Amino acid sequence: MHEVSLMQTTLDIACDHAAQQGAQHIHWIKLRVGELSGVIPEALTLAFEIVTTGTMAANARLEVETVPVICHCSACYQDFQPTGWVYVCPTCHQFTTDLRQGRELELTAMEVS
Amino acid sequence: MCEDCGCSAGSVQIHQGHDPQPNKTTTSLEVPTPSVRHLDLHAKILEHNDRIADQNRALFHQQGWLVVNILSSPGSGKTALIERLAQDQRNNWQIGTIVGDLATDNDAHRLGHAGVSAVQITTGTACHLEASMVSHALSKLPSKPWDLLVIENVGNLVCPAAFDLGEQIRVVVLSVTEGEDKPQKYPAMFKSAQVVLINKTDIAEAVGWQRDLAIANLQQIAPQATLFEVSARTGAGMHAWYAYLDQCRQGLNGPLSRSQNSQVLQIGRLSSN
Ligand SMILES: Nc1nc2c(ncn2[C@@H]2O[C@H](COP(=O)(O)OP(=O)(O)OP(=O)(O)O)[C@@H](O)[C@H]2O)c(=O)[nH]1
Ligand SMILES: [Zn+2]
Ligand SMILES: [Zn+2]
Ligand SMILES: [Zn+2]
Repeated sequence: MHEVSLMQTTLDIACDHAAQQGAQHIHWIKLRVGELSGVIPEALTLAFEIVTTGTMAANARLEVETVPVICHCSACYQDFQPTGWVYVCPTCHQFTTDLRQGRELELTAMEVS
Repeated sequence: MCEDCGCSAGSVQIHQGHDPQPNKTTTSLEVPTPSVRHLDLHAKILEHNDRIADQNRALFHQQGWLVVNILSSPGSGKTALIERLAQDQRNNWQIGTIVGDLATDNDAHRLGHAGVSAVQITTGTACHLEASMVSHALSKLPSKPWDLLVIENVGNLVCPAAFDLGEQIRVVVLSVTEGEDKPQKYPAMFKSAQVVLINKTDIAEAVGWQRDLAIANLQQIAPQATLFEVSARTGAGMHAWYAYLDQCRQGLNGPLSRSQNSQVLQIGRLSSN
């Protein structure tokens, strides 16, 4: 879907940071991608190859860290990792919509020279 | 945090001189450089979109417009629902629309015929609307004291979920021809909805729509959403949806933010008229 434009944005951010460091090359970048971010990691890898061709990130590696969903139960004040897409507290069986983690889409690290 | 030395202070961390990936591939043309640096960042990739969405939201709030973002698969009836809304409410609300489509401006024409001001955003290759496109479209919309601004997103149940446009209400349309398990297949989309409209109920029986199963699925995947069963074709069930919009308009001074609004599922009854 829109992974190519997302990776283009990511590459722009990465190139800005690299340029600020006076660097010429990007060796690898690392992303954190939430399970609920709506992005498919495999598609990101392909998109990364497409958008980096001929740039300072040509041949760079992409590392994707998947971030699992963590919910909060308002009845028993605990965080839990749901199994599947139904977010129900394992202790009191209440449904929750309170998400503490899982929508991330972040550039967290890179290596330049 | 850097796996090498564990440092994590500040938003950008630089490590001179050590290389956490000693086996990386370098081309032979590359001049060996001692200044391999590792940067720790916290850059949100959608930060630019989120910032413009916040600007949109501030504008909507300041103008007192209720703004609704409608999402669904292609053909669920987004345009038909807006046409029906425009006809039914023409004497009550001043309604503006912004329509996203990959290639044509057919939807804007249809809405124009229904008597609403419509601005078409032709997205080309983009499969979703972004906050900047809405912000741009706003400049083409005639300036009126809108009661309601309806944004029809691109027909797609995947990526529009990730793009905040600044709307107060996100509506996901599920039509009875699409299958009862749509919420399970596209959880990110349904979990982001304040409202789910089940559309085309006029043909529910003909297509063997399993209503109880579909509602149970929605209650599990999207317990935050308010649900209405409607038909854009016959107008059935629409008044409950209009009453909800009216309530939201009254409550504009205490804005519904996307994270605050966590109501229990209410089922809009199918009307018999
Ligand atoms: N029977 C019936 N048909 C409907 C209803 N709502 C829409 N349709 C039909 O479904 C088809 C698609 O409707 P549209 O309003 O164009 O759907 P859309 O979601 O705007 O489509 P895209 O903009 O292409 O994503 C049209 O043929 C409509 O007449 C309904 O409530 N009942
Ligand atoms: Zn609990
Ligand atoms: Zn349409
Ligand atoms: Zn998209």
